[in-house]
Amino acid sequence: MAASKFKKTLSWLGLYLVWIVASLIVIVPIYWLFIVSARSRVELIGTPSFIQTSFFAENYTGPLSDPVFQRYMINSVVVATSNAILVAVLALLATYALTRWKLTGADNVFFWTITNRMAPPAAFLLPLFLMYTRIFQIANWTLFDTRIGLILLYCVFNLPFAIWLMKGIMDGIPIELDEAAMVDGAGVWSILLKIILPLAAPGLAISGILSWIFAWNEYLFAATLTSVEARTITTGLAEFVTVTGTNWGEMAAVAMLAMLPALIFLIFVQKYIVMGLTFGAVKE
Amino acid sequence: MKRAQWVGWAFLSPTLIVLAITGLLPFIYVLYVGFFDWNIFSAREGLNFAGVNNYRRLVFDPEFLRSLWYTIQFTFWSVSISLILGFMLAQLLIKDFPGKTFFRVVHALPLMIAPIAVGALWRLMVIPGFGPLWYGLEEGLGFKYRIGASGTQAFLTTIFMDVWHWTPFVTLTMLAGLSAIPQEPKEAAMVDGASTWQVYRYITIPMMMPIILTTVFIRIMDALRIVDEVFMLTGGGPGDATRYIGLHIFRVVFPKTDYGYGSATSLLTLYFTIVFCWLLFVAITSFQKK
Repeated sequence: MAASKFKKTLSWLGLYLVWIVASLIVIVPIYWLFIVSARSRVELIGTPSFIQTSFFAENYTGPLSDPVFQRYMINSVVVATSNAILVAVLALLATYALTRWKLTGADNVFFWTITNRMAPPAAFLLPLFLMYTRIFQIANWTLFDTRIGLILLYCVFNLPFAIWLMKGIMDGIPIELDEAAMVDGAGVWSILLKIILPLAAPGLAISGILSWIFAWNEYLFAATLTSVEARTITTGLAEFVTVTGTNWGEMAAVAMLAMLPALIFLIFVQKYIVMGLTFGAVKE
Repeated sequence: MKRAQWVGWAFLSPTLIVLAITGLLPFIYVLYVGFFDWNIFSAREGLNFAGVNNYRRLVFDPEFLRSLWYTIQFTFWSVSISLILGFMLAQLLIKDFPGKTFFRVVHALPLMIAPIAVGALWRLMVIPGFGPLWYGLEEGLGFKYRIGASGTQAFLTTIFMDVWHWTPFVTLTMLAGLSAIPQEPKEAAMVDGASTWQVYRYITIPMMMPIILTTVFIRIMDALRIVDEVFMLTGGGPGDATRYIGLHIFRVVFPKTDYGYGSATSLLTLYFTIVFCWLLFVAITSFQKK
């Protein structure tokens, strides 16, 4: 009896050991980023130490009071928020059509949407750049270096995932509810807004939040399809490595600011991340 | 109840229009431009039809082929290591224990933070002078660690970073999969005297197969298109040691303004990805039928 109890304690100890080591491996680089962001240039020299008692706020106040960086932040917020709202609305309409109507070829359309997400974004840099600078042109106005250009573009990877996530949720709302309302004389819009929307709202919120994070995190398109006016915070972060004489403390602070929304939203969407990243293929 | 088809399509149309503009149109456009000579710095102005010349140049372009080869190597190592690690971690952590939610939140962190910030934080870890990883290897173990000078070390560091970034994803999907499979067959086999290995080989792994394959599929797609993290960590260097295909287009092809050739490169990259994913997809569906 004592031996088996000992063995059990040992297995629990082993479990927690793995748990702690795995969590430390994840946390230490993030913690180090924070440490660097709290240090001045001088403090960084010498043996790396993981203990920090002072806080060098200039790393944060420097970029935050810089008008260029402020514009980057505002752009990121505007682009991510507008994109999240657009994606949620379009996904709601699309999945309403996909689950309530027996459309010919709907399965193919549904599958086609996801192929947009699978494509490597780098392969679309050049054609999108050419389209944004030359084709979508009205007099002197082009989509290049505009927020609206980025908002539209981010649909290409957020919309497919939102549709796949929402389809599962919409399938779960019994169609009998619609039919009962239809008998009572409700139109398609009032069914959508009065019956489906309240039931689909939690799913829409999750799609919106995840879309917001993905749009906020995007770098490649933001770097190639904007130049001055519509640059986002991720491009601002990348500018630190291309400029010589890098101020590592400030770079770490900007990276912390770029990570912040994800850290906050994580609490709300923690349960749905796996579903979001596997297009709903893996549910928890 | 019968519903008019056009109403359904009307609800679907905004999505189709947006995806056609941002997803389908660039694809058609890149296909078209790939058949032309088009360089804004060349003597001949505008688009000049060139047939398959761009593609002929491309299949003998050593830079392109090298970056493709690096990408394949990177994908192979990064995906296999993260899968094995993630699977093992999930096995250990399947039990309910106090603090499990905390563990899951911690492990979801790398999945949510901006890839460009992942590159930034790993750069700070390995930077010569004050990076803790550099310090540990150089001062602690006496190992010369310079990702700015050694291609192999840079390559291994990008793999390490990618494993750090995506192993939690594998762990979380595997955990989801493990908790979804019924326990009875496993227990019955144990009662019949099956060894732990046999339980894995004949029960757990076959039952997990759909989720394992989905995870592999998504991991491969993500690894093939990596750009941001590597751009921040090494910038593709030293030399071209970590210039994976996405980075090759972003750093080399794109700035050259050789639009025809660049389009051919983009299209071939897209083609490789599609063929690869399609083969994988066929393998998965045929496996699931069995």
